[in-house]
Amino acid sequence: MTSRKSAMVLGGSSDIGRAAARAFARSGYDVALAGRDVAALEPDAADLRARYNVEVGLHKFDVLDTASFESFVGSLPTLPDVVISIVGLLGVQQNAESDLAHATAIMRSNYEGPSLILGLFAEKFLGRGSGTLVGVSSVAGDRGRASNYVYGSAKAGFSAFLSGLRARANSSGVHVVTVKPGFVRTRMTEGMKLIGPLTVEASVVGDAILRAVENKTDVVYVSGKWRLVMLIIKALPEAVFKKLKF
Amino acid sequence: MTLVSGWGRFPVVDTEMLRPRSFEAVGEAMASGAVARGNGRAYGDAAIGAARTVAMTAFDRVRSFDPATGRIRLEAGVLLSDLIDTFGPRGFLPFVVPGTRFVSIGGAIAADVHGKNHHCEGGFGRYVDSILLRTGQGETIEASREQNSDAFLATVGGMGLTGVILEATLRLRTVETGWIRERVISASDLDAAMRALDAGDAATYSVAWIDCVARGKDLGRSLIYLGEHAGKDELPAGAAAFPAAKDPGLGVPIDLPSMTLNRFSIRAFNELYYRMGARRAGGSHVVSLYPYFFPLDSLKDWNRIYGKRGFLQHQCVIPENGARAVLGEILDRVARRGDASFLAVLKKLGQGDGILSFPLPGYTLALDFPVKDDILTFLDEIDRLVVAAGGRLYLAKDARQSRATFEAGYPALSRFNAIRKSLDPAGNIRSKLSQRLFDEV
Repeated sequence: MTSRKSAMVLGGSSDIGRAAARAFARSGYDVALAGRDVAALEPDAADLRARYNVEVGLHKFDVLDTASFESFVGSLPTLPDVVISIVGLLGVQQNAESDLAHATAIMRSNYEGPSLILGLFAEKFLGRGSGTLVGVSSVAGDRGRASNYVYGSAKAGFSAFLSGLRARANSSGVHVVTVKPGFVRTRMTEGMKLIGPLTVEASVVGDAILRAVENKTDVVYVSGKWRLVMLIIKALPEAVFKKLKF
Repeated sequence: MTLVSGWGRFPVVDTEMLRPRSFEAVGEAMASGAVARGNGRAYGDAAIGAARTVAMTAFDRVRSFDPATGRIRLEAGVLLSDLIDTFGPRGFLPFVVPGTRFVSIGGAIAADVHGKNHHCEGGFGRYVDSILLRTGQGETIEASREQNSDAFLATVGGMGLTGVILEATLRLRTVETGWIRERVISASDLDAAMRALDAGDAATYSVAWIDCVARGKDLGRSLIYLGEHAGKDELPAGAAAFPAAKDPGLGVPIDLPSMTLNRFSIRAFNELYYRMGARRAGGSHVVSLYPYFFPLDSLKDWNRIYGKRGFLQHQCVIPENGARAVLGEILDRVARRGDASFLAVLKKLGQGDGILSFPLPGYTLALDFPVKDDILTFLDEIDRLVVAAGGRLYLAKDARQSRATFEAGYPALSRFNAIRKSLDPAGNIRSKLSQRLFDEV
């Protein structure tokens, strides 16, 4: 046992998850990585130990298996100081328009699962009177667009959940951070046409999450340009907006 | 298909770009006509596959580190910048760093990169204990000086043509601080510069910036930078033992018009740079390792300064004997041409470590030229001088040398080719560079 602070990353094998784990380990946190395939997380755990000389724990976690959440949280040897949810599923909008199973998977992976697990941790954190919850949502949740509204609506729900949770936890010692990364060069976005100046590397998101936790920021647009872009998109009248197919 | 180029942005080539996430996927990607690519800092066509290019940057994990010995095992896509930022503050640095820290470990081994300490400490390959290599015929082997030594010695400096480097074990240097005690010496001409470099043989790091537009009695005037790792007691009061890396925030956002660099702007820059350097000459002072080793890394995308057509770096090495006359002749031709860039570097090299490693005992001169219609002929003439003097060109920088120049410069080529053939009998691994210089046509 160490007296260091600890951070748990849900979705630890994703590119942003790995980057967040590195950022926290670099600044001295012990790290717990949680994901579906624990064996696949082992190389990342070894990487964090070798680089930063911190303790790294591995946990099996499946965001769609909501029935397991209570025992997952209950069985943790110690309650982390920070929990970061990076899980999500971009899916394929076109398929989701007619394939209910695919649409359900997108909704559950981006809204139901992340909200329920962070909600459970919130109960524990509020009981303890400390801790930070981080939800990685998306700029796609700021307004439903023709090209990705199934994903966007689930992220919108998650953003609303985090916003409400933050208000509830206000002045309890528990803080809630909403992260809206915009375009990130990761496995998820590989092959997509990304707009260069609006695109960041996963490591930039990882560092931004750490900074937001340390500075107790509420809502983080990783690139300030996105805040402006979404401000404009949100301000468009619906009569105009509905004609846009982006 | 994707348009890809090296750091010099010449040539630009259409290639299928693959980004495997597992070693199994690397194997599948390395079907015929492929080569591995690290961070794309080779200047020419070394890391572009004949048909497909296999990006290795996803493999960025450290596997293990032993602080007692400084031995580190890493995946080949880890960047030197990452290694320095992560292990520097713990008191460990790579023994050898090239002029940019944004190169991958795999690329550094494949090019057997050298640094400012090559004259006394050798190249990057000297500090590689072993590598995990996926050979051209699909075997995955551990290679070192003791085990599969032919494969090891052909892979160090082998430009990725023996296989894909998946992992490597390196030895790191222990340092007290991340600072360098630097001494600047000004040399008013080429003779003085070469004398100063010879006198700097005892220094761990030595390199000369050379004014390649100065002519006549000023020909070859230089600033020589000598360096040693600084101890804690040498730091200014209050300085952290390890300096922070400055983010390359400032960048070159667009391709500058090709006329930006002309003989007048370069001459003005060089005059100023030389005078400022000469004023500092004599004494010694402590500088952060970042500007000392990587002066250009602070200017993001500096390769765009040469305009849309890109640029060529010509880096040759001339054996010590007779080097003075050849270097003088090259510099004179370059100065009369007047468009070589401000970053011209002269430095001494020692013996190379791999079969195809670039270094040999002598002087290396590196010059940047913007791509123009007549530049290829001009450089072919320079190459003739290099070959006649028993010298050769650095493959990691090359985009245009002829087969004859290459074959004359690398007498160990036939031994390399035999080993390559045994590791890749079907000739699966092919880069644009290997098609240009190695492969049977």
